Amino acid sequence: MSKPKLALYWAATCGGCDVAVLDTQTKVLDLADAFDIVLWPIAIDFKYSDIERLPEKSIDVCLFNGAVRNAEQEHLANVLRKRSGLLVAFGSCACGGGIPGLANATDRQAIFARAYRETPSTVNPDGVEPATEIEMPEGVLTIPEFYDSVRCLDQVVNVDYYVPGCPPTVELIGKVVDALVSGELPPLGSVVAADKTVCDECPREPKENRKVKAFRPLCEATPNAEECFLDQGIVCCGPATRAGCGATCPLANAPCRGCFGPPPATVDQGLKLLSAVSSVIDAKNEDEIEGIVDQIQDPLGLFYRFGLPRSLLHRKRKN
Amino acid sequence: MSVTRFEPRIIAFLCNWCSYAGADLAGISRMQYPPNVRVIRVMCSGRIDPTFVVKALRDGADGVLVAGCHPGDCHYLEGNYKTLRRHRLLMKLLEQFGIEAGRVRLTWVSAGEGERFASVVKEMTETVRKLGPFSHRERAQVEQA
Repeated sequence: MSKPKLALYWAATCGGCDVAVLDTQTKVLDLADAFDIVLWPIAIDFKYSDIERLPEKSIDVCLFNGAVRNAEQEHLANVLRKRSGLLVAFGSCACGGGIPGLANATDRQAIFARAYRETPSTVNPDGVEPATEIEMPEGVLTIPEFYDSVRCLDQVVNVDYYVPGCPPTVELIGKVVDALVSGELPPLGSVVAADKTVCDECPREPKENRKVKAFRPLCEATPNAEECFLDQGIVCCGPATRAGCGATCPLANAPCRGCFGPPPATVDQGLKLLSAVSSVIDAKNEDEIEGIVDQIQDPLGLFYRFGLPRSLLHRKRKN
Repeated sequence: MSVTRFEPRIIAFLCNWCSYAGADLAGISRMQYPPNVRVIRVMCSGRIDPTFVVKALRDGADGVLVAGCHPGDCHYLEGNYKTLRRHRLLMKLLEQFGIEAGRVRLTWVSAGEGERFASVVKEMTETVRKLGPFSHRERAQVEQA
């Protein structure tokens, strides 16, 4: 009997999710024992055309990591959706847009200007920018279109499961592999993590009366290892982030960065976080409040570090 | 034929104890103010989650007014201070999203200030009218594709 088929794909991502799969050590062997891997660009050489030739639903499971930022990724998302029984958004970028999703705070034009003209290391006297087509003596060459906005996977195709994390932890991947191998799957649409917030898993004790007079960026702070970060005036995404990581970052004396996305029933992670952070401010006078709030640099980047495309507004407005 | 003027849609979140009573007084006193506000009564301005404000904009409002008791007058003692802190941070965030400051306003209206409510609504309607409809075409770009 032939084994069920598995595909692992990367779109707009750093590759860390694929490395995390390898980090599971012996679990990856379970995966290789139980499945025939039909696509895994980081590890095995397959051609897209091989995948395109496969019949519909012939891949049992596809673990898709990365956000969708260009035409190639969108095409592959559609190709894999059609051919996969289960499509799993694997990692923060696929689930919520992730770090690449922060590009939604700007746009294609500004990104191209920066990357191809403005950086001090750029030498581009002719001002060449990527074009989707270029005519050469040998014929027309094409590259995928670079989109104005980054989208998470379920803004492009239907997604069956979500595995959050930047990258998903080894324990979580183990859980996913066990579920896939045993066939005991959670209800469709589930987020494979915990249903609480990072604060519930975090051993740090918050103060009864929270009184923050000043916020400091992490790079300027020497955090106390026992006190709640928010009580120390350091923005921590724990209150509005889904649990399941075991509070890895707070345990390493770093505030939560929010990579697991919003907890259940939270519509917009950044706005909930904004609420939580402003609730610890100890000031009643308007000017004083203004002064404290101004110490939080770049709230958009801080509150939506892993989920700007997923947010209610998805991206910055343009005039 | 006259040119149709843009009529903004403004969602007003009013606290039960002061601002809603203030709006009520404006009505009872038959004060005239633009019919552009849709009022939503909440128990306290402190209940207004920033999500409500952004969701209102996203789902078709051109402006959002939040009104509560004057500082020191909150029925729940401190709810309006919480609103104030949240509002200041929210405005910073909205600026980064490219949303004009005039679209979201926090103000204090007591139960006796019917006139103040009417004038706040007038001011805000004119401000938002000048800003024009709140369109977030980029949102559609993400959601349609």
